[in-house]
Amino acid sequence: MNQPLQDSPLPVADALTPPLKPLGKVLAVTSGKGGVGKTFVSANLAAALAKRGHKVLVLDADLGLANLDVVLNLYPKITLHDVFTGKARLEEAIVRAPGGFSVLLAGSGMVEYSRLTPNVRDDFLRIMTGLLPHYDIVLLDTGAGISDVVLFAVSLASEVLVVATPEPTSLTDAYATIKVLVGEQKRRTLRMVINQTARMGDGRAITSQLQQVLDRFVVGKSDDKVRLVHLGDIPGDVSVRQAVMRRQLLMLTTPGCPAALAISQLAAKIEDTLIHPPK
Amino acid sequence: MTSASASFLIDVRQLRLEDARALLGHGEQVLPDPMANATVYLQSVIDKLSELSLKDPLTGLSNRRYFQNVLEREIEMVTRSGEPALLLMLDIDHFKRVNDTHGHPVGDQVLQTVAQALSDCVRPMDTVARFGGEEFVIILPNCQGHYGQQVAERLREAVSQLSLTLACGDQLKVTISIGGAYAPRWVRSTPELWLERADLELYRAKSEGRNRVCIEPQPILAVSAEEKNLLFGPLALGDPAWIESIANDSSAQGFGAASSNLN
Repeated sequence: MNQPLQDSPLPVADALTPPLKPLGKVLAVTSGKGGVGKTFVSANLAAALAKRGHKVLVLDADLGLANLDVVLNLYPKITLHDVFTGKARLEEAIVRAPGGFSVLLAGSGMVEYSRLTPNVRDDFLRIMTGLLPHYDIVLLDTGAGISDVVLFAVSLASEVLVVATPEPTSLTDAYATIKVLVGEQKRRTLRMVINQTARMGDGRAITSQLQQVLDRFVVGKSDDKVRLVHLGDIPGDVSVRQAVMRRQLLMLTTPGCPAALAISQLAAKIEDTLIHPPK
Repeated sequence: MTSASASFLIDVRQLRLEDARALLGHGEQVLPDPMANATVYLQSVIDKLSELSLKDPLTGLSNRRYFQNVLEREIEMVTRSGEPALLLMLDIDHFKRVNDTHGHPVGDQVLQTVAQALSDCVRPMDTVARFGGEEFVIILPNCQGHYGQQVAERLREAVSQLSLTLACGDQLKVTISIGGAYAPRWVRSTPELWLERADLELYRAKSEGRNRVCIEPQPILAVSAEEKNLLFGPLALGDPAWIESIANDSSAQGFGAASSNLN
């Protein structure tokens, strides 16, 4: 277990207040573009972290527009929607996923919450602060785009993981997302995962390319530089497609395949930086 | 009125259509014979009522109700597709003076002429609506940065070249001020916020001397051509090995090879 829940009353949030102070040990997984494997990464990373002995929770932070339920093949009766509407308690909505971690799914009724109103902010924040003491790390699986809900969810996270593929459209959207997070949330360190790479070193090269463009166009001063940390690549792998089509976790179906090994390495790095930060 | 031929499903006489007919009759709408074919008749009544409820009677443009629907839908589209959309707010300069000097019939004529000019300047996919009074709004979906400025200038120019001949033989000329704001790419904004931003730009155009265009600079998340060039310029140069790796891989997983060219 980690840091205790603050006793102070929750701050009153409204749609126009600036992003709140990020909460500890929350990792937002985001991408800008849809279909780059954000949910796949979130779910399998959670499984890899769970395997390393951590208590992990993945939250569908796009309130029903993320596909976490589809990836995990889980369709629980009680969801975040019931918690938001007061029909169920938070504990009742938490489901055990096959990979040994917990998930909080949004439920289809959540689409009506996909607009960031003061109520949604308050509910979201209350849920997050309620969850934190019970987990070593919480992963926020954000949906496609940079909607205000996505931005709000990311603003709660202490760390951001940007998932991109080497495709030009994905790179553009990842870059745009980084720009927004740098501009609006004053983020200075973002972690990169390049999914579906074809060769060793591709991901690192892409991250450094993104870094070069950022250096040139975003925040010029050397003392206030934006830093992209290349966390790793996930190589293109037929096993991934098979696992996705079967709606199973790669970490369970083929734990020894190149992509699964890469995800295990990512988990080890996240453990180092986020869960047991070096003294 | 023997109407065996009319319809065995609907008896038009049973429906209380007096109000609808009065409404449509007011606009001198021609309706088909109800007894010939009840379905055709009703369809025509429904169509014309729908049209009435979505159009501005004076100018024939879309009305504010219809505009509101399009605005909301466009926000959803932009959120999902990431294609930029532009909202323009236009206002006829010193319109009150026209009304005061020449009377309301001339004012109405000006509104109609301007409305027609605006409609002629935009693409069929764009929505031109009368927002109220002498204010108009235009929604331009899938509108790239430079195109927005161009089209707004074209609208301003077109209106400034209009010339209305008055009964006394004088020529009346009007100008418009235009304010515009893009729906931020990917961000799910609200209709109110979007309108407010366009309105702010219109206010700027007015205070900077009227007969001009002010469009809010593209938001931070726009990625310029220069940035894109630098971002994947090296990819686009086309290493033959890279292109081959894509061509040989229909699942597009080989895209990763592109980056071998970087640095």
